[in-house]
Amino acid sequence: MLRIIVRRIFILIPMLVLLSMISFLIIQLPPGDYLDTYVLNLRNQGLLVDEAEIDRLTARYGLGKPLHMQYFRWMRNFLVNGDLGRSFGSYGSSYNNKPVTDIIAERLPATMIISIVSTIVVWAISIPIGIYSATHQYSLMDYISTFVGFIGLALPNFLFAIIIMWIVFAQTGHAVTGLFSLEYRHVPWSVAKVIDMLKNIWVPVLVLATAGTAGLIRVMRANLLDELNKQYVVTARAKGLSERRLLWKYPVRIAFNPIFSTIGWLLPAIVGGEALVSIILNLQTIGPVLLTAVLRQDMYLAGSIIMILSTLTLIGTLISDIALVWLDPRIRFD
Amino acid sequence: MAQDEHRAVELKMTSVDADDSLSNMSRGKLIRRRFLRHRLARLGLSVLIILYLMAICADFIAPYQAGTRLKGFKDMGPSPIHFGGDSGFQPFVYARERGFHPKTFREIYTENEDEPHMIHFFVRGESYKVLGLFELDWHLFGVSEDANITLFGTDIVGRDIFSRTVIAARVSLFIGLGGVAISFVLGCLIGGISGYFGGIIDELIQRVIDLLIAIPTLPLWMVLSAAIPRTWSVEGTYFAITVVLSIVGWTGLARVVRGKLLSLRDLDFVIASRLSGGSDLYVITRHLLPNFASHLIVSLTLAIPGMILGETALSFIGLGMQEPGVSWGVLLQDTMNFGALVHQPWKLIPGVFIVVTVLMFNFVGDGLRDAADPYSL
Repeated sequence: MLRIIVRRIFILIPMLVLLSMISFLIIQLPPGDYLDTYVLNLRNQGLLVDEAEIDRLTARYGLGKPLHMQYFRWMRNFLVNGDLGRSFGSYGSSYNNKPVTDIIAERLPATMIISIVSTIVVWAISIPIGIYSATHQYSLMDYISTFVGFIGLALPNFLFAIIIMWIVFAQTGHAVTGLFSLEYRHVPWSVAKVIDMLKNIWVPVLVLATAGTAGLIRVMRANLLDELNKQYVVTARAKGLSERRLLWKYPVRIAFNPIFSTIGWLLPAIVGGEALVSIILNLQTIGPVLLTAVLRQDMYLAGSIIMILSTLTLIGTLISDIALVWLDPRIRFD
Repeated sequence: MAQDEHRAVELKMTSVDADDSLSNMSRGKLIRRRFLRHRLARLGLSVLIILYLMAICADFIAPYQAGTRLKGFKDMGPSPIHFGGDSGFQPFVYARERGFHPKTFREIYTENEDEPHMIHFFVRGESYKVLGLFELDWHLFGVSEDANITLFGTDIVGRDIFSRTVIAARVSLFIGLGGVAISFVLGCLIGGISGYFGGIIDELIQRVIDLLIAIPTLPLWMVLSAAIPRTWSVEGTYFAITVVLSIVGWTGLARVVRGKLLSLRDLDFVIASRLSGGSDLYVITRHLLPNFASHLIVSLTLAIPGMILGETALSFIGLGMQEPGVSWGVLLQDTMNFGALVHQPWKLIPGVFIVVTVLMFNFVGDGLRDAADPYSL
């Protein structure tokens, strides 16, 4: 057990280094750099481009240097000072020249709240329904949950968000955008603000949780069905074990395995799925910032967000692998 | 009581004996039989065949070309289709005239009920190219030039949404197949190597896959699509997006292949075959492949809708297909303004096609999974 953990952590280190390189590199993939986009925008607006200004910006961001030098400078600053560089201002002027760490810190709470609440909702709904569907296969509830699950899988998140907004707008005449009502948007946290958030958070949570619930019900149902057909279940039943104990003792435990093994992927899945939904619902999360940063090659901002997300995912995968080894003796003794 | 049970067992046995053709069926036949008994899967397959036929014959089915603007008819609702009157059962439409709402100045279209315009089938209309080789101008249906027929209404510049949806199906439906084809090759090859040889090679490949999965999908797709030059032709962009989608897609398949191989590798019959002198290639093709081929097909079927949704999301945010190319995601860009949807809900119709397609693929995938499971009968 300990050996496995130490070995995996040992492998994690070179992977994290590789990941930081990939994060930095993929931002450079599109042709040109941020300044090219910047100059193009100015020209499109019919403005004159000041060559000296361009040179000054190039020097400030170190854009003239070769790629590996840029990367090493970025990494050194991060490891020594915890400084991830500054935003080029791709996401509105208020973020212009703002430290990337500040932007992430500002956007992280809303992202985490939405992710955690949606995950809890997904699990709370889909695990019981999945177990019920598997044990009552081909019952009315099974058909209903399967059907709802299928719709959840087939409806793209962003389309679902638009449809909800459209329906609410058509019925009540006001748009459900943002996580907070206007009066609470720029005030510090308080009880009233939390209550206000709860009034608005249901839309993104509903949208994000629907897709997740649909997937998880299917996984849970399929896994449990596989287990229930196995011989040890038949044996246990033949020996007179009560149905309830029979179900909970092993099959449900084993059916949980794939859920644990994918906990690590939850975060990138939610941030990825959330990005489009957040743009439509105007939420102050990381997703929309990441999208514009990637598009306009705001390289330190985009690179840092991708690196942090990927790092969290890798660590999450590690934790879920360890959890699996701990939970499932078959893997442990292999 | 005991006697009843005994008789039930006996009955069951005789029924198995009576249906002895079942035990003589080949594995392929058994799978086909089980698949066809799955009602939803049958429905899914039929609908998908219809959708793909529609996509192939798109230019013929669509009354207009994707870029044709009906001048003076922007944001117009679906054409009401009338039956009866003097014409008997032949359906007809009325020509519509544009007016404005007195207060909001939004367009209002009223039907001019003086003269019905018959809907004719197999008519000549706008010409289109078949396979880029020869020109045709036959269309499934159409009305005379004095009126127009817009089954799903028109968009903000007066293009017929029905025609655009049908033509966009070509991109949206085939991108999934193309992406899965590329993922399939990569996934089988890399996953196969990883699972069959194990050891360090396996470890290395698994970590690379972990790395790829750790990068959030949407941003990765976005960066890669942003790297596609805007100057490329519609076909070039289309191919590039397919490749982009499969770069992420192969990892899942590789994991499936590897997992299956690992669990099969140490089973007695495989070890026996190897001990009796079977070569690697022989063991893989004769024993391993047949055992997980069905599983692979299921995974492939279920991977297609993911790719369709991926293309839709990319096109929706403007990184996928570009005008004049159309895909369902491009069409849905018009729904961004949800305020306008209150007055023009027909702009959501392309979304219905996405949902139905993905749904049907899932039905078929589920049916295949059940059919391929040797324990279900």
